[in-house]
Amino acid sequence: MSNETSLNKTFFAGIWDNNPVLRLLLGMCPMLAVTAAVKPALTMGLSVIFVLLFSNIVVSLLRHQLKPHVRILMFTLTIATAVTIADLALKAYLPDMSAALGPYIPLIIVNCIIIGRAEACASKNGLVVSIIDALGMGAGFTLALCVLASIREVLATGKWFEMPVMPDAFVPWAGMGMPVGAFITLGLMLGLVAIINKKKA
Amino acid sequence: MDTLQTLLLGFVGIVIVNNLVFTKFLGICPYLGVSGRIDMAFGMGLAVTFVVTLAGTLTWVIDHVFLIGTSLEVMRYLCFILVIAGAVQLVEMYLRKFFPALYESFGIFLPLITTNCAILGLCLFINLWGIDNLLEAVVLSFGAGIGFTMAICIMAGIRENLQLADVPQCLQGAPITLITAGILTLAFMGFAGMIR
Repeated sequence: MSNETSLNKTFFAGIWDNNPVLRLLLGMCPMLAVTAAVKPALTMGLSVIFVLLFSNIVVSLLRHQLKPHVRILMFTLTIATAVTIADLALKAYLPDMSAALGPYIPLIIVNCIIIGRAEACASKNGLVVSIIDALGMGAGFTLALCVLASIREVLATGKWFEMPVMPDAFVPWAGMGMPVGAFITLGLMLGLVAIINKKKA
Repeated sequence: MDTLQTLLLGFVGIVIVNNLVFTKFLGICPYLGVSGRIDMAFGMGLAVTFVVTLAGTLTWVIDHVFLIGTSLEVMRYLCFILVIAGAVQLVEMYLRKFFPALYESFGIFLPLITTNCAILGLCLFINLWGIDNLLEAVVLSFGAGIGFTMAICIMAGIRENLQLADVPQCLQGAPITLITAGILTLAFMGFAGMIR
């Protein structure tokens, strides 16, 4: 029972308390770059979950064999392998999406969330904890991506997930689809998170 | 003449019009993390410029000489990240030997250049744009570094002044930095479409 609650805690820590984007400020580049619409954001989130899971599992299984000075190199190579798999799979099954995301899929290699979790969690914990941690962190990242993407897509095009949701009189805010919208919306989201946390404490 | 024009346009393009930080969202972590003081920002910019020039050139050579020749494009990402990690290690050893003070002040951010997306991103963009000329690849990599240095120095200058401003409490720190960055990108959007 106590084991189960601690696993639950690990999972939900990734979603709110240690949310990689909103609290730890990791993985900002994809957060800003692929959130002009919900669909690419979701694809990105799922790819990150896959890579995170893969690298956490491999690192956790190999953690006793690792020498401290080569561990970062080994993490990076594991992640690069996982990303290559994800990239080839996307190219094969979702070619349009792969073309739209462009270099941001291979850029998952240098997403700090993944190497951060390998270092902070998977290299110290067993397989189960590492898997749960990867799922929690991945879910937290995907959720944050989708929230930001929803705000931007609705305001920039009046559509959500490519379905019209706004009344006809709505004038799309072109700026929301551009880099400006991404930076400012994320800034305001972080401000909101700060307010909520202050209220809680 | 023609090549010179291409090179010049490419350079101006990547520094101002297609600046990696402002239009491609690359290198945001150090851009937000190390932009507190202008001298550190400048040092970081120079380190990144050096690494990105080295990495961009080397990855282009490796890509064209080895990988495409032997149809091993699958190994591209693995090779790229290894080259970048090696280049960062080189810079780290050099700084520790010759500029210990600067080395100390960078702390954790120096090894983190490895995971600076601007560098891997540039190598991938060179590949994506189909640059088939070594000289052009070198100029583009160098320009990307200069563009990053410019962006991070502008940001550091603004943030030094921001310390005197009365920012609402919930927006202090990262949020106000992001909003400032947003307004900066708006300014740089004026250049959009000038080249390419």
